[in-house]
Amino acid sequence: MKYKCEKCSKEATVHLTEIIDGQKIERHLCESCATAEGITTKAHVPIAQILEEMLLQSAAGSELSSLKCGVCGITFLEFRERGVLGCPNDYEAFEKVLVPLLERAHEGASCHVGKIPANAEEGQRRHNELLRLRGQLKDAVAGEDYERAAELRDRIKELEGS
Amino acid sequence: MNLNDLTGHLSAWRRSPGPLGDIVISSRVRLARNLAGMPFLSRCTEGQVREIAELLHRELLEAPLGSETMYVDVAAATALDREVLVERHLISRQQAEASGARGVAVVSDETVAIMVNEEDHLRAQVLRGGLQLDACYADIQRLDEMLERHLPFAFSSRFGYLTACPTNVGTALRVSVMVHLPALKATGQIEKTLRAARDMHLAVRGLYGEGTEAIGDLFQVSNQTTLGRSEEQIVEEFRDVIVPGIIDYERRARQNLLDNRRMALEDRVHRAAALLGSARLISSEEAMYLISHLRLGLHLGLADGLSHETLNELELAAQPGHLQKTAGREMAPAERGEVRAKLIRQRLGDG
Repeated sequence: MKYKCEKCSKEATVHLTEIIDGQKIERHLCESCATAEGITTKAHVPIAQILEEMLLQSAAGSELSSLKCGVCGITFLEFRERGVLGCPNDYEAFEKVLVPLLERAHEGASCHVGKIPANAEEGQRRHNELLRLRGQLKDAVAGEDYERAAELRDRIKELEGS
Repeated sequence: MNLNDLTGHLSAWRRSPGPLGDIVISSRVRLARNLAGMPFLSRCTEGQVREIAELLHRELLEAPLGSETMYVDVAAATALDREVLVERHLISRQQAEASGARGVAVVSDETVAIMVNEEDHLRAQVLRGGLQLDACYADIQRLDEMLERHLPFAFSSRFGYLTACPTNVGTALRVSVMVHLPALKATGQIEKTLRAARDMHLAVRGLYGEGTEAIGDLFQVSNQTTLGRSEEQIVEEFRDVIVPGIIDYERRARQNLLDNRRMALEDRVHRAAALLGSARLISSEEAMYLISHLRLGLHLGLADGLSHETLNELELAAQPGHLQKTAGREMAPAERGEVRAKLIRQRLGDG
């Protein structure tokens, strides 16, 4: 059954049931009215919305809409529609568009600093460790922890030289 | 072990409250992984989807995941069996309702469940009672290392583990806790709390994850940021900052109720017990709502003769899938209401 949002009559996607004194009260809201009430059920940052904004803002909007992955054949427009990518290569094929999107979805970050597969090459491992150390260095400097910053700098130098 | 054995029994982690179990019902850590050299699922042919399912099915059964592992072919399972898996948090609603070859490997104590072909090729979770994020994380790390020995995962040095949705990329690690927040709800502070959580880049969802409502005052809180931080940083922040904050808010709200509205609180708990003990028709929502009061009563020492185990068992047994699976047949909602009410009366010792 489809419900309309009780506030703005758009299609409701958030459904709540409350029972007060044995009375079942059902509420149906659209995403934006639910968000306005502080109710969130959405797992993801609204990707479609971010992409839409980017297309509108970007002077190169037409260039974006012609982007296509050479491996799986998904176009940027199809990605925008579905919110999911077609294959691992899309991260490279759409890099230009994805980086700002990732930054918005991940508090400004667009580089992985976490674990890497055990079978990944040593270079990749070092690359990651360096990224992580540089991040920590930035935090240490911001927190005026100069002793730690000096330690981190030494470790970075050591890794860079190896 | 099969699904029928599972339905009638409560996994060990649900039997006793884990650390801080008066507020934190469970902790969960999950990883998403995709096979290198394969498209993500939305671009796979039907044949490729089958190929992935078969390969991962084989690998998962061969991997030493735990004492005993069962693999459920979700595509071939009945709607009722899928519902039971969702209610036990072993698969997501999304996977239950998807199409194409897919499955889930479940370790017998239900602490480990690995979904095959959900949004990503592989979604592994470790679930434990109470606040046990470190233990969950240690388990998932071991699991990942084990799988990694046999399976090449899509990875880039810049973006990390590659996932179908860019919101999961990087560590592809989602850390979450299921928290019971009845006092924040009762004192009208829940929305403020949820808004604060959102400002901290957290997602708050209902009992069964994405797109589900918060019934029984149960909320699932999880990290949204998976990129630009190491796995350890994500777990640490969640464990040391976020969860203690939520616990502290709820504890204060509980104390506030005890100090200022004790009689109203006791009234609620005892009314809930009376209703559950004598209702002849009851929906799962109402049951969850009343069990929530009993749970609060139990932890505040306002309810006698109840145990954590009984409440957890009731909560699960009252769900539509479990109710029908136990009865051995499908039932219309009205009949379910009657059977559910009877079951609850029996379990609460009123007959």
